[in-house]
Amino acid sequence: MLVVDGITKNFGGFVAVNGVSFEVRAGEILGLIGPNGSGKSTLFNLISGALRASAGSVKFDGQEIAGMPPDRVCHLGVARTFQIPRPFGSLSLMENVALSAFFGQEGKVTRPQAWRQAEEALALVNLPTDGVATPENLGAAGLKKLELARALATQPRLLLADESLGGLDEAEMDQAADMLDRVRRERGVTIIWVEHIMGVLMRLVDRVMVLDHGELIAEGLPREVAADRRVIEVYFGRDYEAHGESGQPAGPEI
Amino acid sequence: MSLGAVNTGLTGARALQAAGIGVLLILPFLGGSDYFMHILIQVLIWAFIYTSWALMGRLGLVSLGHGAFMGIGAYTVVLLWNFLGITPWLGIPIGVVLAVLLALVIGFPCFRFRIVGHYFALVTLALGEVVRLTIIALRDHTGGSLGLTPNRFGDGTSWYALQFADKEYFYYIALAVWLAGLGIWVLVDRSMMRYALIAVGEDEGAAASLGIRVTVQKLRITALSAALTALGGGLYAQYLTYVNPSIVSGVTVSLHIVFAVIVGGMFTAFGPTVGALFTITLSEILRISFGAQIIGLDLSIYGLLLILFIIFLPKGILGSLQDLAAKRAREAKAD
Repeated sequence: MLVVDGITKNFGGFVAVNGVSFEVRAGEILGLIGPNGSGKSTLFNLISGALRASAGSVKFDGQEIAGMPPDRVCHLGVARTFQIPRPFGSLSLMENVALSAFFGQEGKVTRPQAWRQAEEALALVNLPTDGVATPENLGAAGLKKLELARALATQPRLLLADESLGGLDEAEMDQAADMLDRVRRERGVTIIWVEHIMGVLMRLVDRVMVLDHGELIAEGLPREVAADRRVIEVYFGRDYEAHGESGQPAGPEI
Repeated sequence: MSLGAVNTGLTGARALQAAGIGVLLILPFLGGSDYFMHILIQVLIWAFIYTSWALMGRLGLVSLGHGAFMGIGAYTVVLLWNFLGITPWLGIPIGVVLAVLLALVIGFPCFRFRIVGHYFALVTLALGEVVRLTIIALRDHTGGSLGLTPNRFGDGTSWYALQFADKEYFYYIALAVWLAGLGIWVLVDRSMMRYALIAVGEDEGAAASLGIRVTVQKLRITALSAALTALGGGLYAQYLTYVNPSIVSGVTVSLHIVFAVIVGGMFTAFGPTVGALFTITLSEILRISFGAQIIGLDLSIYGLLLILFIIFLPKGILGSLQDLAAKRAREAKAD
Protein backbone atom coordinates (compact mmCIF):
# COMPACT_ATOMS: atom_id res chain seq x y z
CA MET A 1 0.00 0.00 0.00
CA LEU A 2 2.76 2.39 0.97
CA VAL A 3 6.29 1.95 -0.31
CA VAL A 4 8.94 4.25 1.09
CA ASP A 5 12.27 4.11 -0.66
CA GLY A 6 15.45 5.73 0.58
CA ILE A 7 13.71 8.75 2.03
CA THR A 8 16.09 11.35 3.41
CA LYS A 9 15.64 14.71 5.06
CA ASN A 10 18.36 17.00 6.17
CA PHE A 11 18.00 20.34 7.87
CA GLY A 12 21.21 22.06 6.88
CA GLY A 13 23.95 19.72 8.01
CA PHE A 14 21.71 17.70 10.33
CA VAL A 15 20.31 14.55 8.83
CA ALA A 16 16.95 13.91 10.51
CA VAL A 17 15.95 10.94 8.38
CA ASN A 18 18.59 9.04 6.50
CA GLY A 19 17.75 6.73 3.62
CA VAL A 20 14.80 5.00 5.27
CA SER A 21 13.03 2.33 3.22
CA PHE A 22 10.05 0.24 4.23
CA GLU A 23 6.73 -1.05 3.07
CA VAL A 24 3.30 -0.97 4.66
CA ARG A 25 0.86 -3.73 3.79
CA ALA A 26 -2.84 -3.09 3.45
CA GLY A 27 -4.73 -3.82 6.66
CA GLU A 28 -1.82 -3.99 9.06
CA ILE A 29 -0.83 -1.91 12.04
CA LEU A 30 2.81 -1.04 11.74
CA GLY A 31 4.45 0.24 14.89
CA LEU A 32 7.19 2.81 14.60
CA ILE A 33 9.29 3.32 17.67
CA GLY A 34 12.49 5.04 18.59
CA PRO A 35 13.85 7.41 21.20
CA ASN A 36 13.05 11.13 21.19
CA GLY A 37 14.62 12.86 18.24
CA SER A 38 15.09 9.65 16.28
CA GLY A 39 13.16 11.05 13.31
CA LYS A 40 9.73 9.46 13.77
CA SER A 41 7.76 12.67 13.48
CA THR A 42 9.95 13.89 10.63
CA LEU A 43 9.23 10.67 8.78
CA PHE A 44 5.49 11.31 9.25
CA ASN A 45 5.90 14.85 8.03
CA LEU A 46 7.64 13.57 4.93
CA ILE A 47 4.93 11.05 4.13
CA SER A 48 2.07 13.46 4.79
CA GLY A 49 3.63 16.27 2.78
CA ALA A 50 4.18 18.69 5.65
CA LEU A 51 7.89 18.52 4.81
CA ARG A 52 9.55 18.05 1.46
CA ALA A 53 12.03 15.19 1.29
CA SER A 54 15.65 15.92 0.37
CA ALA A 55 15.82 12.61 -1.47
CA GLY A 56 13.94 9.36 -1.89
CA SER A 57 10.45 8.40 -2.89
CA VAL A 58 7.13 7.61 -1.25
CA LYS A 59 4.59 5.67 -3.27
CA PHE A 60 1.01 5.31 -2.10
CA ASP A 61 -0.87 2.70 -4.13
CA GLY A 62 1.79 3.07 -6.78
CA GLN A 63 1.48 6.87 -6.99
CA GLU A 64 4.43 9.05 -6.06
CA ILE A 65 3.37 11.31 -3.21
CA ALA A 66 6.74 12.67 -2.06
CA GLY A 67 6.71 16.40 -2.76
CA MET A 68 2.92 16.62 -2.91
CA PRO A 69 1.31 19.29 -0.72
CA PRO A 70 -0.37 17.92 2.42
CA ASP A 71 -3.91 18.65 1.23
CA ARG A 72 -3.44 16.45 -1.85
CA VAL A 73 -1.90 13.65 0.16
CA CYS A 74 -4.95 13.83 2.41
CA HIS A 75 -7.30 13.73 -0.58
CA LEU A 76 -5.58 10.58 -1.78
CA GLY A 77 -6.47 8.87 1.48
CA VAL A 78 -3.57 9.40 3.87
CA ALA A 79 -4.53 11.10 7.14
CA ARG A 80 -2.40 11.95 10.12
CA THR A 81 -2.64 13.03 13.71
CA PHE A 82 -0.19 15.36 15.35
CA GLN A 83 1.96 14.48 18.30
CA ILE A 84 0.87 17.67 20.01
CA PRO A 85 -2.86 18.07 19.34
CA ARG A 86 -3.70 21.03 17.12
CA PRO A 87 -7.45 21.60 17.56
CA PHE A 88 -9.23 24.60 16.06
CA GLY A 89 -10.11 26.21 19.36
CA SER A 90 -12.83 28.59 18.22
CA LEU A 91 -14.85 25.83 16.56
CA SER A 92 -16.98 23.19 18.24
CA LEU A 93 -15.92 19.55 18.23
CA MET A 94 -18.51 18.81 15.55
CA GLU A 95 -17.26 21.67 13.41
CA ASN A 96 -13.66 20.57 13.85
CA VAL A 97 -14.47 17.10 12.63
CA ALA A 98 -17.10 18.04 10.04
CA LEU A 99 -14.76 20.39 8.23
CA SER A 100 -12.22 17.59 8.12
CA ALA A 101 -14.81 15.27 6.60
CA PHE A 102 -15.90 17.91 4.10
CA PHE A 103 -12.52 19.16 2.95
CA GLY A 104 -10.67 15.88 3.42
CA GLN A 105 -12.92 14.47 0.70
CA GLU A 106 -13.48 17.75 -1.08
CA GLY A 107 -16.05 17.49 -3.82
CA LYS A 108 -16.96 13.94 -2.91
CA VAL A 109 -19.33 14.54 -0.01
CA THR A 110 -22.22 16.87 0.59
CA ARG A 111 -22.49 18.96 3.70
CA PRO A 112 -25.07 16.72 5.41
CA GLN A 113 -22.88 13.72 4.66
CA ALA A 114 -19.87 15.47 6.17
CA TRP A 115 -21.87 16.22 9.30
CA ARG A 116 -23.03 12.63 9.53
CA GLN A 117 -19.49 11.34 9.15
CA ALA A 118 -18.33 13.77 11.80
CA GLU A 119 -20.91 12.36 14.17
CA GLU A 120 -19.72 8.83 13.43
CA ALA A 121 -16.08 9.74 13.94
CA LEU A 122 -16.75 11.51 17.23
CA ALA A 123 -18.92 8.65 18.43
CA LEU A 124 -16.14 6.20 17.58
CA VAL A 125 -13.75 8.01 19.90
CA ASN A 126 -16.42 8.62 22.57
CA LEU A 127 -16.54 12.39 22.28
CA PRO A 128 -19.79 14.39 22.48
CA THR A 129 -21.59 14.96 19.18
CA ASP A 130 -23.93 17.66 20.47
CA GLY A 131 -22.38 20.43 18.39
CA VAL A 132 -21.94 22.58 21.49
CA ALA A 133 -18.88 21.07 23.16
CA THR A 134 -15.62 22.77 22.24
CA PRO A 135 -11.99 21.63 22.46
CA GLU A 136 -11.56 24.09 25.33
CA ASN A 137 -12.69 21.70 28.03
CA LEU A 138 -10.98 18.60 26.72
CA GLY A 139 -8.04 17.25 28.64
CA ALA A 140 -4.97 15.69 27.07
CA ALA A 141 -6.79 12.43 26.41
CA GLY A 142 -9.79 14.22 24.89
CA LEU A 143 -7.61 16.27 22.57
CA LYS A 144 -5.87 13.13 21.36
CA LYS A 145 -9.27 11.64 20.63
CA LEU A 146 -10.24 14.74 18.70
CA GLU A 147 -7.08 14.45 16.63
CA LEU A 148 -8.00 10.89 15.82
CA ALA A 149 -11.62 11.72 15.02
CA ARG A 150 -10.56 14.53 12.69
CA ALA A 151 -8.14 12.31 10.84
CA LEU A 152 -10.69 9.51 10.57
CA ALA A 153 -13.36 11.87 9.30
CA THR A 154 -11.32 12.38 6.14
CA GLN A 155 -12.05 8.67 5.51
CA PRO A 156 -8.42 7.66 5.06
CA ARG A 157 -7.16 4.30 3.90
CA LEU A 158 -3.87 4.91 5.66
CA LEU A 159 -3.68 6.58 9.05
CA LEU A 160 -0.46 8.01 10.43
CA ALA A 161 -1.01 8.14 14.18
CA ASP A 162 1.72 10.19 15.81
CA GLU A 163 2.43 9.31 19.43
CA SER A 164 -1.23 9.36 20.06
CA LEU A 165 -0.70 8.00 23.54
CA GLY A 166 1.85 10.43 24.91
CA GLY A 167 0.78 12.29 28.05
CA LEU A 168 -1.96 9.84 29.01
CA ASP A 169 -2.34 7.69 32.09
CA GLU A 170 -2.37 3.93 31.81
CA ALA A 171 -6.12 3.46 31.58
CA GLU A 172 -6.42 6.18 28.94
CA MET A 173 -3.57 4.57 27.02
CA ASP A 174 -5.26 1.20 26.93
CA GLN A 175 -8.48 2.83 25.86
CA ALA A 176 -6.77 4.75 23.07
CA ALA A 177 -4.89 1.68 21.91
CA ASP A 178 -8.12 -0.30 21.72
CA MET A 179 -9.58 2.54 19.70
CA LEU A 180 -6.85 2.25 17.08
CA ASP A 181 -7.42 -1.47 16.99
CA ARG A 182 -11.14 -0.88 16.42
CA VAL A 183 -10.36 1.58 13.65
CA ARG A 184 -8.41 -1.09 11.88
CA ARG A 185 -10.93 -3.87 12.48
CA GLU A 186 -14.15 -1.95 11.85
CA ARG A 187 -13.04 0.44 9.17
CA GLY A 188 -10.25 -1.49 7.54
CA VAL A 189 -7.85 1.42 7.93
CA THR A 190 -4.17 0.60 7.64
CA ILE A 191 -2.21 2.29 10.40
CA ILE A 192 1.33 3.41 11.06
CA TRP A 193 1.54 4.04 14.73
CA VAL A 194 4.34 6.10 16.19
CA GLU A 195 5.00 5.73 19.85
CA HIS A 196 7.83 5.93 22.27
CA ILE A 197 6.19 3.99 25.04
CA MET A 198 6.55 0.45 23.82
CA GLY A 199 4.27 -1.56 26.09
CA VAL A 200 0.82 -0.94 24.61
CA LEU A 201 2.16 -0.69 21.13
CA MET A 202 3.85 -4.07 21.18
CA ARG A 203 0.59 -5.68 22.25
CA LEU A 204 -1.37 -4.51 19.21
CA VAL A 205 0.90 -4.09 16.21
CA ASP A 206 1.59 -6.65 13.54
CA ARG A 207 5.11 -5.44 12.88
CA VAL A 208 7.48 -2.94 14.43
CA MET A 209 10.16 -0.70 12.97
CA VAL A 210 12.77 1.02 15.08
CA LEU A 211 14.35 4.33 14.16
CA ASP A 212 17.48 5.70 15.73
CA HIS A 213 19.26 8.86 14.65
CA GLY A 214 17.18 8.93 11.50
CA GLU A 215 18.07 5.39 10.46
CA LEU A 216 16.03 2.23 10.45
CA ILE A 217 17.85 -0.16 12.76
CA ALA A 218 15.37 -2.99 13.15
CA GLU A 219 12.15 -4.29 11.67
CA GLY A 220 10.08 -7.36 12.36
CA LEU A 221 7.57 -8.98 14.69
CA PRO A 222 7.22 -7.25 18.05
CA ARG A 223 8.77 -10.23 19.84
CA GLU A 224 11.81 -10.29 17.59
CA VAL A 225 12.37 -6.56 17.71
CA ALA A 226 12.10 -6.44 21.49
CA ALA A 227 14.87 -8.99 21.71
CA ASP A 228 17.05 -7.24 19.15
CA ARG A 229 20.43 -6.27 20.55
CA ARG A 230 20.65 -2.94 18.77
CA VAL A 231 17.17 -1.95 19.90
CA ILE A 232 18.07 -2.68 23.50
CA GLU A 233 21.23 -0.66 23.13
CA VAL A 234 19.30 2.26 21.73
CA TYR A 235 16.73 2.20 24.50
CA PHE A 236 18.88 1.30 27.45
CA GLY A 237 22.39 2.15 26.43
CA ARG A 238 25.32 -0.08 25.62
CA ASP A 239 25.91 -1.09 29.23
CA TYR A 240 22.54 -2.73 29.66
CA GLU A 241 23.55 -6.13 28.47
CA ALA A 242 26.89 -6.13 30.23
CA HIS A 243 25.20 -5.43 33.54
CA GLY A 244 22.21 -7.60 32.78
CA GLU A 245 21.45 -10.39 35.19
CA SER A 246 21.52 -13.13 32.62
CA GLY A 247 22.93 -13.60 29.16
CA GLN A 248 19.48 -13.43 27.71
CA PRO A 249 18.31 -9.87 27.05
CA ALA A 250 14.99 -9.21 28.69
CA GLY A 251 13.69 -6.77 26.13
CA PRO A 252 12.53 -3.32 27.04
CA GLU A 253 9.28 -2.61 28.89
CA ILE A 254 7.04 -5.28 27.49
CA MET B 1 -34.49 29.46 27.39
CA SER B 2 -37.03 27.08 25.87
CA LEU B 3 -37.11 26.23 22.20
CA GLY B 4 -40.31 28.25 21.87
CA ALA B 5 -38.58 31.33 23.22
CA VAL B 6 -35.74 30.86 20.74
CA ASN B 7 -38.24 30.65 17.91
CA THR B 8 -40.06 33.76 19.06
CA GLY B 9 -36.71 35.50 19.27
CA LEU B 10 -35.92 34.54 15.70
CA THR B 11 -39.32 35.59 14.41
CA GLY B 12 -38.89 38.85 16.28
CA ALA B 13 -35.57 39.48 14.58
CA ARG B 14 -37.10 38.63 11.20
CA ALA B 15 -40.00 41.01 11.79
CA LEU B 16 -37.59 43.73 12.85
CA GLN B 17 -35.55 43.20 9.70
CA ALA B 18 -38.61 43.29 7.48
CA ALA B 19 -39.79 46.47 9.18
CA GLY B 20 -36.35 47.99 8.80
CA ILE B 21 -36.24 47.24 5.09
CA GLY B 22 -39.77 48.59 4.73
CA VAL B 23 -38.75 51.88 6.32
CA LEU B 24 -35.67 52.08 4.13
CA LEU B 25 -37.78 51.46 1.02
CA ILE B 26 -40.22 54.31 1.66
CA LEU B 27 -37.66 56.68 3.12
CA PRO B 28 -37.27 58.85 -0.02
CA PHE B 29 -41.02 59.56 0.04
CA LEU B 30 -40.93 60.91 3.55
CA GLY B 31 -39.60 64.20 2.27
CA GLY B 32 -36.11 64.18 3.74
CA SER B 33 -33.79 66.92 2.57
CA ASP B 34 -31.20 66.38 -0.12
CA TYR B 35 -28.54 66.56 2.55
CA PHE B 36 -30.20 63.81 4.53
CA MET B 37 -30.42 61.66 1.40
CA HIS B 38 -26.79 62.38 0.65
CA ILE B 39 -25.72 61.13 4.06
CA LEU B 40 -27.89 58.04 3.73
CA ILE B 41 -26.46 57.14 0.33
CA GLN B 42 -22.94 57.60 1.64
CA VAL B 43 -23.70 55.40 4.63
CA LEU B 44 -25.11 52.67 2.39
CA ILE B 45 -22.24 52.68 -0.10
CA TRP B 46 -19.59 52.78 2.61
CA ALA B 47 -21.42 50.16 4.63
CA PHE B 48 -21.28 47.93 1.57
CA ILE B 49 -17.53 48.53 1.17
CA TYR B 50 -16.92 47.94 4.87
CA THR B 51 -18.92 44.72 4.72
CA SER B 52 -16.81 43.63 1.74
CA TRP B 53 -13.64 44.27 3.71
CA ALA B 54 -14.94 42.45 6.76
CA LEU B 55 -15.67 39.34 4.70
CA MET B 56 -11.95 38.60 4.77
CA GLY B 57 -10.96 40.76 7.74
CA ARG B 58 -13.04 38.73 10.17
CA LEU B 59 -11.37 35.55 8.94
CA GLY B 60 -7.90 36.68 9.88
CA LEU B 61 -6.95 38.26 6.57
CA VAL B 62 -6.49 41.86 7.62
CA SER B 63 -5.95 44.01 4.57
CA LEU B 64 -4.66 47.54 4.98
CA GLY B 65 -4.87 48.10 1.26
CA HIS B 66 -8.49 47.88 0.24
CA GLY B 67 -8.19 51.41 -1.08
CA ALA B 68 -6.38 49.77 -3.99
CA PHE B 69 -9.45 47.81 -5.01
CA MET B 70 -11.80 50.69 -4.40
CA GLY B 71 -9.56 53.01 -6.42
CA ILE B 72 -9.39 50.58 -9.31
CA GLY B 73 -13.16 50.23 -9.33
CA ALA B 74 -13.69 53.99 -9.21
CA TYR B 75 -11.07 55.04 -11.74
CA THR B 76 -11.75 52.26 -14.23
CA VAL B 77 -15.36 53.25 -14.65
CA VAL B 78 -14.64 56.98 -15.00
CA LEU B 79 -11.64 56.56 -17.32
CA LEU B 80 -13.45 54.12 -19.60
CA TRP B 81 -16.43 56.47 -19.77
CA ASN B 82 -14.45 59.63 -20.42
CA PHE B 83 -11.91 58.30 -22.89
CA LEU B 84 -13.65 55.41 -24.62
CA GLY B 85 -17.29 56.20 -23.99
CA ILE B 86 -17.86 52.82 -22.39
CA THR B 87 -21.00 52.73 -20.27
CA PRO B 88 -20.57 52.20 -16.51
CA TRP B 89 -22.66 49.08 -16.95
CA LEU B 90 -19.56 47.63 -18.57
CA GLY B 91 -17.04 49.86 -16.84
CA ILE B 92 -17.97 48.70 -13.36
CA PRO B 93 -17.67 44.98 -14.20
CA ILE B 94 -14.34 45.67 -15.93
CA GLY B 95 -13.12 47.45 -12.80
CA VAL B 96 -14.28 44.50 -10.73
CA VAL B 97 -12.38 42.08 -12.96
CA LEU B 98 -9.23 44.21 -12.76
CA ALA B 99 -9.47 44.37 -8.98
CA VAL B 100 -9.88 40.60 -8.80
CA LEU B 101 -6.85 40.12 -11.04
CA LEU B 102 -4.80 42.41 -8.82
CA ALA B 103 -6.02 40.57 -5.73
CA LEU B 104 -4.97 37.25 -7.25
CA VAL B 105 -1.59 38.53 -8.40
CA ILE B 106 -0.82 39.90 -4.94
CA GLY B 107 -2.61 37.19 -3.01
CA PHE B 108 -1.10 34.16 -4.68
CA PRO B 109 2.52 34.70 -3.66
CA CYS B 110 1.43 35.90 -0.21
CA PHE B 111 -0.66 32.82 0.45
CA ARG B 112 1.62 30.38 -1.30
CA PHE B 113 4.59 31.47 0.79
CA ARG B 114 2.61 31.84 3.99
CA ILE B 115 2.85 35.57 4.38
CA VAL B 116 0.32 35.98 7.16
CA GLY B 117 -0.69 38.33 9.94
CA HIS B 118 1.33 41.52 10.17
CA TYR B 119 3.37 40.71 7.11
CA PHE B 120 0.27 40.27 4.99
CA ALA B 121 -1.10 43.55 6.35
CA LEU B 122 2.13 45.32 5.38
CA VAL B 123 2.07 43.93 1.85
CA THR B 124 -1.47 45.17 1.38
CA LEU B 125 -0.58 48.53 2.90
CA ALA B 126 2.07 48.94 0.22
CA LEU B 127 -0.39 47.78 -2.43
CA GLY B 128 -2.84 50.56 -1.58
CA GLU B 129 -0.12 53.17 -1.89
CA VAL B 130 1.15 51.72 -5.17
CA VAL B 131 -2.29 52.10 -6.69
CA ARG B 132 -2.67 55.65 -5.37
CA LEU B 133 0.75 56.69 -6.66
CA THR B 134 0.02 55.06 -10.01
CA ILE B 135 -3.16 57.08 -10.32
CA ILE B 136 -1.22 60.26 -9.57
CA ALA B 137 1.58 59.33 -11.96
CA LEU B 138 -0.87 58.82 -14.82
CA ARG B 139 -1.98 62.43 -14.43
CA ASP B 140 -2.42 63.03 -18.15
CA HIS B 141 -5.45 60.80 -18.00
CA THR B 142 -6.40 60.70 -14.35
CA GLY B 143 -5.88 64.36 -13.56
CA GLY B 144 -3.39 63.42 -10.84
CA SER B 145 -4.28 64.54 -7.33
CA LEU B 146 -6.79 67.03 -8.70
CA GLY B 147 -9.07 64.19 -9.57
CA LEU B 148 -11.40 63.53 -12.40
CA THR B 149 -15.03 64.17 -13.24
CA PRO B 150 -17.01 61.82 -15.46
CA ASN B 151 -18.36 63.60 -18.54
CA ARG B 152 -21.98 64.61 -18.17
CA PHE B 153 -24.40 62.80 -20.40
CA GLY B 154 -27.46 64.56 -21.80
CA ASP B 155 -29.52 66.39 -19.21
CA GLY B 156 -27.87 64.63 -16.31
CA THR B 157 -30.27 61.75 -15.80
CA SER B 158 -29.49 58.63 -17.76
CA TRP B 159 -29.54 54.96 -16.95
CA TYR B 160 -27.05 54.40 -19.75
CA ALA B 161 -24.52 56.76 -18.14
CA LEU B 162 -25.62 55.80 -14.63
CA GLN B 163 -25.96 59.49 -13.82
CA PHE B 164 -28.95 60.88 -12.02
CA ALA B 165 -29.98 64.39 -11.18
CA ASP B 166 -32.20 63.17 -8.35
CA LYS B 167 -30.80 61.39 -5.35
CA GLU B 168 -33.62 58.85 -5.17
CA TYR B 169 -32.16 56.78 -7.97
CA PHE B 170 -28.85 56.37 -6.27
CA TYR B 171 -30.52 55.79 -2.98
CA TYR B 172 -32.28 52.72 -4.33
CA ILE B 173 -29.20 51.48 -6.16
CA ALA B 174 -27.12 51.86 -3.00
CA LEU B 175 -29.82 50.20 -0.93
CA ALA B 176 -29.96 47.22 -3.31
CA VAL B 177 -26.19 46.85 -3.35
CA TRP B 178 -25.97 47.14 0.43
CA LEU B 179 -28.63 44.47 0.88
CA ALA B 180 -26.81 42.26 -1.61
CA GLY B 181 -23.63 42.78 0.40
CA LEU B 182 -25.40 41.64 3.57
CA GLY B 183 -26.77 38.66 1.66
CA ILE B 184 -23.29 37.68 0.55
CA TRP B 185 -22.08 38.08 4.12
CA VAL B 186 -24.75 35.68 5.32
CA LEU B 187 -23.94 33.19 2.55
CA VAL B 188 -20.25 33.24 3.43
CA ASP B 189 -21.14 33.03 7.10
CA ARG B 190 -23.08 29.83 6.49
CA SER B 191 -20.61 28.33 4.04
CA MET B 192 -18.06 25.62 4.59
CA MET B 193 -15.52 28.11 3.31
CA ARG B 194 -15.89 30.03 6.56
CA TYR B 195 -14.96 26.95 8.57
CA ALA B 196 -12.02 26.33 6.28
CA LEU B 197 -10.76 29.87 6.73
CA ILE B 198 -11.23 29.85 10.48
CA ALA B 199 -9.24 26.63 10.61
CA VAL B 200 -6.58 28.12 8.34
CA GLY B 201 -6.43 31.26 10.48
CA GLU B 202 -5.83 29.20 13.59
CA ASP B 203 -3.38 26.65 12.24
CA GLU B 204 -2.45 26.49 8.56
CA GLY B 205 -0.44 23.30 8.93
CA ALA B 206 -3.21 21.39 10.66
CA ALA B 207 -5.78 22.72 8.20
CA ALA B 208 -3.72 21.62 5.21
CA SER B 209 -3.17 18.18 6.68
CA LEU B 210 -6.96 17.75 6.83
CA GLY B 211 -7.29 18.43 3.13
CA ILE B 212 -8.01 22.16 3.14
CA ARG B 213 -6.44 23.84 0.12
CA VAL B 214 -5.15 26.82 2.04
CA THR B 215 -4.06 28.98 -0.89
CA VAL B 216 -7.23 28.36 -2.87
CA GLN B 217 -9.52 29.15 0.05
CA LYS B 218 -7.68 32.36 0.87
CA LEU B 219 -7.67 33.45 -2.76
CA ARG B 220 -11.40 32.84 -3.05
CA ILE B 221 -12.34 35.09 -0.17
CA THR B 222 -9.78 37.72 -1.13
CA ALA B 223 -11.05 37.83 -4.71
CA LEU B 224 -14.64 38.10 -3.49
CA SER B 225 -13.77 40.89 -1.09
CA ALA B 226 -11.76 42.77 -3.73
CA ALA B 227 -14.55 42.38 -6.30
CA LEU B 228 -17.20 43.81 -4.00
CA THR B 229 -14.92 46.63 -2.88
CA ALA B 230 -14.26 47.58 -6.51
CA LEU B 231 -17.99 47.53 -7.17
CA GLY B 232 -18.46 49.86 -4.22
CA GLY B 233 -15.71 52.11 -5.57
CA GLY B 234 -17.29 52.27 -9.01
CA LEU B 235 -20.65 53.07 -7.53
CA TYR B 236 -19.18 55.75 -5.29
CA ALA B 237 -17.50 57.41 -8.27
CA GLN B 238 -20.79 57.38 -10.17
CA TYR B 239 -22.62 58.86 -7.24
CA LEU B 240 -20.14 61.61 -6.44
CA THR B 241 -19.44 62.18 -10.15
CA TYR B 242 -15.96 62.92 -9.00
CA VAL B 243 -12.95 60.85 -8.05
CA ASN B 244 -9.62 61.81 -6.63
CA PRO B 245 -6.82 59.59 -5.38
CA SER B 246 -7.22 60.42 -1.73
CA ILE B 247 -10.97 59.81 -1.47
CA VAL B 248 -11.04 56.45 -3.25
CA SER B 249 -7.59 54.95 -2.74
CA GLY B 250 -4.43 55.12 -0.73
CA VAL B 251 -3.66 54.52 2.87
CA THR B 252 -6.16 57.05 4.27
CA VAL B 253 -9.11 55.28 2.71
CA SER B 254 -7.71 51.85 3.52
CA LEU B 255 -7.26 52.68 7.18
CA HIS B 256 -10.62 54.39 7.29
CA ILE B 257 -12.20 51.14 6.19
CA VAL B 258 -10.39 49.18 8.88
CA PHE B 259 -11.27 51.74 11.53
CA ALA B 260 -14.96 51.81 10.68
CA VAL B 261 -15.25 48.05 10.70
CA ILE B 262 -13.45 47.71 14.02
CA VAL B 263 -15.69 50.38 15.51
CA GLY B 264 -18.86 48.76 14.23
CA GLY B 265 -17.81 45.19 14.87
CA MET B 266 -16.38 42.87 12.28
CA PHE B 267 -17.87 39.62 13.45
CA THR B 268 -21.55 40.36 12.87
CA ALA B 269 -23.37 41.07 9.64
CA PHE B 270 -24.52 44.55 10.63
CA GLY B 271 -21.27 45.51 12.36
CA PRO B 272 -19.70 47.21 9.32
CA THR B 273 -22.97 49.05 8.70
CA VAL B 274 -22.98 50.35 12.26
CA GLY B 275 -19.39 51.39 11.63
CA ALA B 276 -20.45 53.35 8.56
CA LEU B 277 -23.27 55.07 10.44
CA PHE B 278 -20.95 55.95 13.29
CA THR B 279 -18.00 57.26 11.28
CA ILE B 280 -20.03 59.23 8.78
CA THR B 281 -22.20 60.79 11.45
CA LEU B 282 -19.12 61.63 13.45
CA SER B 283 -17.30 63.22 10.55
CA GLU B 284 -20.39 65.25 9.60
CA ILE B 285 -20.80 66.49 13.16
CA LEU B 286 -17.15 67.45 13.31
CA ARG B 287 -17.34 69.13 9.93
CA ILE B 288 -20.43 71.13 10.86
CA SER B 289 -19.20 72.17 14.29
CA PHE B 290 -15.64 73.00 13.38
CA GLY B 291 -15.81 73.47 9.64
CA ALA B 292 -12.47 74.20 8.10
CA GLN B 293 -11.09 75.80 11.25
CA ILE B 294 -9.10 72.83 12.30
CA ILE B 295 -8.24 70.76 9.26
CA GLY B 296 -7.56 67.16 10.03
CA LEU B 297 -9.35 67.20 13.38
CA ASP B 298 -11.62 64.37 12.33
CA LEU B 299 -8.62 62.20 11.52
CA SER B 300 -7.05 62.89 14.91
CA ILE B 301 -10.29 61.99 16.64
CA TYR B 302 -10.58 58.83 14.53
CA GLY B 303 -7.09 57.84 15.55
CA LEU B 304 -7.83 58.40 19.21
CA LEU B 305 -11.11 56.50 19.00
CA LEU B 306 -9.46 53.65 17.16
CA ILE B 307 -7.01 53.19 20.02
CA LEU B 308 -9.81 53.32 22.58
CA PHE B 309 -11.95 50.86 20.65
CA ILE B 310 -9.17 48.35 20.14
CA ILE B 311 -8.39 48.46 23.85
CA PHE B 312 -11.88 48.57 25.33
CA LEU B 313 -14.29 47.30 22.67
CA PRO B 314 -12.33 44.99 20.39
CA LYS B 315 -15.57 43.48 19.11
CA GLY B 316 -16.89 46.90 18.12
CA ILE B 317 -20.12 48.64 19.04
CA LEU B 318 -22.51 46.03 17.72
CA GLY B 319 -20.41 43.05 18.75
CA SER B 320 -20.15 44.36 22.30
CA LEU B 321 -23.87 45.14 22.49
CA GLN B 322 -24.67 41.61 21.36
CA ASP B 323 -22.31 40.16 23.94
CA LEU B 324 -24.02 42.28 26.57
CA ALA B 325 -27.46 41.13 25.43
CA ALA B 326 -26.34 37.50 25.48
CA LYS B 327 -24.94 37.97 28.99
CA ARG B 328 -28.21 39.55 30.17
CA ALA B 329 -30.14 36.68 28.66
CA ARG B 330 -27.95 34.15 30.45
CA GLU B 331 -28.35 35.96 33.74
CA ALA B 332 -32.09 36.17 33.27
CA LYS B 333 -32.16 32.46 32.57
CA ALA B 334 -30.09 31.75 35.64
CA ASP B 335 -32.53 33.65 37.87
